[in-house]
Amino acid sequence: MEEVAQNIETQEYFINMGPQHPSTHGVLRLMLTLDGEIIKKVEPHLGFIHRSIEKMCEKDSYQQVVHLTDRMDYLGCHINNEAVCLTVEKGLELEVPERVKVIRTIISELTRLSSHQLWWGVMGMDLGAITTFLYGFRDREMITDIFEETCGARLTMNYNVPGGLMFDIHPNFQNRTKQFLEHFKKKLPEYDELLTGNVIFTERTKGIGYLSKEDAISYGVTGPSGRASGFSCDVRKKNPYSAYDRVDFKEILFMEGDCFARYQARIAEMWESMKIIEQLIDNIPEGEYKAKTKAVIKLPPGEYYQRVETPRGELGVYIISDNKKNPYRVKFRSPGFSNLSALDKMARGFKIADLVAIMSTLDLVIPDIDR
Amino acid sequence: MLSSIKKYFSDIYNGVKSLFTGMKVTGHYVTHPSEIITQQYPENRDTLKMFERFRGEVVLIHDENNEHKCTGCSACELACPNGTIEIISDKAIDEETGKPKKIIDTFVYHLQMCTFCNLCILACPTDAIKMAQTYEHSVFDRSELTKVLNKPGSKIMQGIK
Repeated sequence: MEEVAQNIETQEYFINMGPQHPSTHGVLRLMLTLDGEIIKKVEPHLGFIHRSIEKMCEKDSYQQVVHLTDRMDYLGCHINNEAVCLTVEKGLELEVPERVKVIRTIISELTRLSSHQLWWGVMGMDLGAITTFLYGFRDREMITDIFEETCGARLTMNYNVPGGLMFDIHPNFQNRTKQFLEHFKKKLPEYDELLTGNVIFTERTKGIGYLSKEDAISYGVTGPSGRASGFSCDVRKKNPYSAYDRVDFKEILFMEGDCFARYQARIAEMWESMKIIEQLIDNIPEGEYKAKTKAVIKLPPGEYYQRVETPRGELGVYIISDNKKNPYRVKFRSPGFSNLSALDKMARGFKIADLVAIMSTLDLVIPDIDR
Repeated sequence: MLSSIKKYFSDIYNGVKSLFTGMKVTGHYVTHPSEIITQQYPENRDTLKMFERFRGEVVLIHDENNEHKCTGCSACELACPNGTIEIISDKAIDEETGKPKKIIDTFVYHLQMCTFCNLCILACPTDAIKMAQTYEHSVFDRSELTKVLNKPGSKIMQGIK
């Protein structure tokens, strides 16, 4: 029997995954080189949803740049807005009021929670469990309601402006957030019951898609995906911005580096986010919700860089100014793009069905990769 | 040998047990219909109310005398990142001073280009425009989305500069 197998000539072949594939979560085309069912190489082909956001920023004023970043990583849009605002404030050497810092931190953490809830639902659905999708969206709905009441929109909020916030928080904000925390503390253990211990789920994620710490560092894999490989890269800890320096939270680190570790890292991060919100929600200082800025913002000539921690990893905003009301050049270091580059390394030697699990745990958002 | 057989059966037992743990959660919701939060959307249209800050579309506020506060300064036009707002202005003679002043002829709003970023509302010096809480914007023809916001025959309120 073995002799026969040796005599049969096999050859590698190519197959396209995407651009229209439900588990790529958008328009991402992957060129797979396969030997039977085993992946030899993964080549991502980008550009299907490229909107030249960086170029469009060059014609916009600094207030207008903010709303474009909503359209990059639409699941963490408040944090993207915050990144641009922090960069502009750095350029202006503007100190924002304490109230703004605390509110920004609370809303950032709510955004992270809602992003991870959606990721959890979609991850389950990618691996064949429809229930998780509905449960994840049920809890996310409460956060979108909080955002809708305070920011005025459910997805593309555009709540930050350079110098502060667009308007003050809604009087119901604190109550609603507390209600949500109370609700979600009961519901998060359900997530574990449904998926974490499930035998089908663990079989499909444990030991799959291994990424070593060295590779995570050299590919620049950040966020929960990098931290699941033991790469300590939380910007909130390393380079605190807004109110992160005064809250107590743990940086989640896992050493296994497989899909299950990345899954556990995100679930653990949800607990930490709730801890941060709990510390701040009753201690919002009184004061202005916006520092005074000029109607036309002009940054002094120079280069400004600020990094923040989005649900997917480290987002960097780099602005070059030449003393005009528009930026000379804007560059976004988006977490999704760097995380995607490690996909080839992680997927080699595994089967096609494992690739779906690996991509889900990377939590790819395609508009963030393409911009 | 014996330990591998033992492991085989304990794996089966733990696997089946984990499936039932998950089914217990879904079973809980089958027996507790009060915890279901699904809304019957098109049926509940009459009772569905958006939050007051919800950004549906830009409207020009008119009072009961068909008067608005827009001076035609086009601050909103400049603040808009997408060219959504177009103000076509006209000249008129101020009745009090007799000097020529700027008034709006048509306030054109392209809903199809709007990203609902709220920058125009912040830019308006006289609070003449606001975001309405409408939410059903689908139409059969694209041209229906280009709207003229000032009502026919409307004029500027007294004392707004």
